[in-house]
Amino acid sequence: MQYSVGVLLVTFLGSLAALGVFLFSMSRGLFGAGEAAGRVIFADKEIGLVEEPASATAASEDNLQQVMNRTGHTGEFAVLTPEEADERASLDASSRLPVLIALTGSVAWLVIASVFGLMASIKLHAPDWLTEQAWLTFGRIRPAHLNAVAYGWCSLAGLGVAIWLYPRLLRTPLVGSRTAAAGVVLWLIGVTGGIWAILAGRSAGLEWLEFPWQVDIPLFLGGTLVGVALLRTLQRRTVPHLYVSVWYISAGLLWLPVLLIVAKWPGIHFGVQQAAMNWWFGHNVLGLWFTPLGLAAIYYFLPKVLGKPIHSYHLSLVGFWTLAFFYSQVGGHHLIGGPVPGWLITLSIVQSMMMIVPVVAVGINQHRTAYGHLSALRYSPTLRFIVLGGMMYTLASIQGSMQSLRVVNTTTHFTHFTVAHAHLGLYGFFSLVMFGAMYFVMPRVLDWEWPSSKLISWHFWLVMSGFTVYFVGLSIGGWLQGLYMLDASRPFMDSVLVTQPYLVTRTVGGTLMTLGHLVFAAHFAVMLMRRGTKREGAALLRRPVPTLQPAGAGNVSGVSA
Amino acid sequence: MRLRDGEVSVLKLAIGAMLIMAFAAGALVVLPYFTMRGVPAPEGLVAYNEAQLRGRQSYIANGCIYCHSQQPRDPSVAPDMARGWGRPSVPADYVYDKPHLLGTMRTGPDLFNIAVRQPSRDWHLGHLYQPRAYSPGSIMPAYPFLFERKQGASVAGEVTVTLPPAYAREGERIVATQEALDLVEYLLSLNRSYPVVATPTAP
Ligand code: HEC
Ligand code: HEM
Ligand code: HEM
Repeated sequence: MQYSVGVLLVTFLGSLAALGVFLFSMSRGLFGAGEAAGRVIFADKEIGLVEEPASATAASEDNLQQVMNRTGHTGEFAVLTPEEADERASLDASSRLPVLIALTGSVAWLVIASVFGLMASIKLHAPDWLTEQAWLTFGRIRPAHLNAVAYGWCSLAGLGVAIWLYPRLLRTPLVGSRTAAAGVVLWLIGVTGGIWAILAGRSAGLEWLEFPWQVDIPLFLGGTLVGVALLRTLQRRTVPHLYVSVWYISAGLLWLPVLLIVAKWPGIHFGVQQAAMNWWFGHNVLGLWFTPLGLAAIYYFLPKVLGKPIHSYHLSLVGFWTLAFFYSQVGGHHLIGGPVPGWLITLSIVQSMMMIVPVVAVGINQHRTAYGHLSALRYSPTLRFIVLGGMMYTLASIQGSMQSLRVVNTTTHFTHFTVAHAHLGLYGFFSLVMFGAMYFVMPRVLDWEWPSSKLISWHFWLVMSGFTVYFVGLSIGGWLQGLYMLDASRPFMDSVLVTQPYLVTRTVGGTLMTLGHLVFAAHFAVMLMRRGTKREGAALLRRPVPTLQPAGAGNVSGVSA
Repeated sequence: MRLRDGEVSVLKLAIGAMLIMAFAAGALVVLPYFTMRGVPAPEGLVAYNEAQLRGRQSYIANGCIYCHSQQPRDPSVAPDMARGWGRPSVPADYVYDKPHLLGTMRTGPDLFNIAVRQPSRDWHLGHLYQPRAYSPGSIMPAYPFLFERKQGASVAGEVTVTLPPAYAREGERIVATQEALDLVEYLLSLNRSYPVVATPTAP
């Protein structure tokens, strides 16, 4: 007890000191580039111009522009010159091949994974459904779901968006588009092999690491090839500053291989040490792979669509370094109460609480950027998904910090409450952000508009309502399950029976989500085939726009993004 | 080549990111490695035999871990002991566990000491074939693919499952496959009731 309080105090003070040193060096400008770096995602005089290729119509993008003009812009004369627009179009074109493969692959995995998820959900209240075949048993479908969402959908979507962002962020055409494309294909092969292995009963047995090592080889090579292409692009960059999204993506690409190598190193891990490693990996793949990719997308698309730099660039860097430092040590909070050394758990709980720092940094930044422009959400599908996703990042993280406290964890650990939290994070935050990013990226990649704004609305409302039902129901069910399990006077079966209605509720919510994904995938497919009516072209980067009225300025005409 | 402000920060970024990762790996992977490496197996703990290891593989392949943990908690935290799940586990209990199967869900009960409270092979076989025959309302999946349905008299060497009357079907015998027998062998090895020197667990 004494010992663990000591450790707690030392790590806490150590972390605070580190934070202090960091803030100090920041204030002395030791981390370079201040607010100027926040403007590098805009062309010379572009601030004030919205960019939203997913607008239903050109008129709708104009409406978005009007909203931004009304709700507060600098009044500067905003313009994207034809040369700048051409340059940007060529940047977007440079990454077309790998981005298309990655995003198409991710959407395919999204559908497959949702079907697995739905099957797993039904099996939890209909345990005699589809039991005759081994590969259809819950214990295989469930890890197939997890790995398909994590390495199929989320990773490929994240990679696709990252590959697309790099040329834009660095104002340099992608170097090695074929290398990156080959990497993405290898990744797809790896995921397919891994899911097959799980269904065939060849899981490696560790959660989040179920893929057998043979399958990790193409994954590893694929990730490396993508990394090489991005790194070469980084070397050739022509921007004066590195935007924060580049930080997040680059760091994520550096961290993932280290995680995989350590976790998969044959023969060294054993027993409880392996469990500690398992969750070090588990939470790092969430915190240092998915989270950076998601945040990188938010940090780009939010300001970009609004035509307004991020509120505080410095704050975004505070967020980056504190996230890296604290998140990397939280793995132990998955083993609270388990046979792991006390200091390890304590360390992880302290760092889970410290995570409030980067989370608040991101939260304030997003809030201050979007604040006052909420009516812009009406005209921008991208923003709708990104802003909600960003809010759920804050919610999931605050919930996570609370959930890592022993008092709360004792109840929620081992229950469906954790599953609800997992979906708030990986679905509510990450998946929604990826949806938003794809709505923006695809028209630019294909030079084609989303065929139907109705389908975008259907997608949005189906997944939002489905997810709400899923999350609320399962959180209640999981909490009750935890309470019943802690009550020694109740038989264990009570904790099983009490969850039944909530597990059914989850299937209802999950069905809505899956329907939403089917709508999205169908829409995506139609777009890929370049079907649908070609309208006057919000998808075009450069189009003549009627007179704009920046707040406080006289009539100026410009060229909209 | 002209050194831009960005150049410095790419290097800083890479070094910083890697240092942080090394620190975390040191704390969560390397340190536990060294503190737990030398832990000797408790006297009462027997290493798994061939059949049990095959059964363990089947436990992994069929995903029992997604519903069952193997880590009873301290009585001061949760009534795991009162439920008959056993004393709080210690690292020494896991020296033969590769890969570890601690689990993070308790959709079903903890199984670290299932052999103590349920030592009957017949019960386990029947329960795997149809959990609801033994535990009404259970949401554990049935595993009919671990069994064969046969007609006629039993052959020597076959293990026939005795189901509760309500679930047995006239003229049909449920015969356990080798995989089912191995899996139950594994379950029956899950007994950590021997005494251990309590390692100091910080609350
Ligand atoms: C969907 C979740 C789920 C999966 C997967 C699952 N179980 Fe269960 N298990 C339960 C539940 C719920 C109970 C409690 C009710 C009962 O006894 O059936 C249980 C009970 C048990 C019991 C009896 C425990 C006791 O305390 O009496 C054993 C043994 C068992 N399971 C073994 C297994 C094995 C072996 C597998 C893998 C082949 C497995 N379970 C897979 C949910 C699951
Ligand atoms: C401050 C931030 C966060 C903290 C402190 C935190 C904390 C936790 C804790 C304590 C658990 C569960 C442990 C258990 O009892 O088993 C957990 C599980 C989980 N969290 Fe978070 N969380 C945070 C943010 C996030 C985010 C942003 C995501 C998504 C990207 C996420 C995804 C998950 C997932 C998927 C699980 C389930 C893991 C599993 O059991 O398989 N979390 N988190
Ligand atoms: C596409 C976005 C989705 C993502 C990113 C996602 C993510 C996850 C994650 C990370 C887990 C592991 C939770 C844990 O270990 O604690 C999980 C489990 C699960 N998910 Fe999803 N999921 C998604 C969609 C769905 C859908 C549409 C359903 C349908 C109902 C679903 C149903 C389930 C079920 C049943 C489990 C297993 C829970 C258990 O073992 O008790 N998921 N999902």
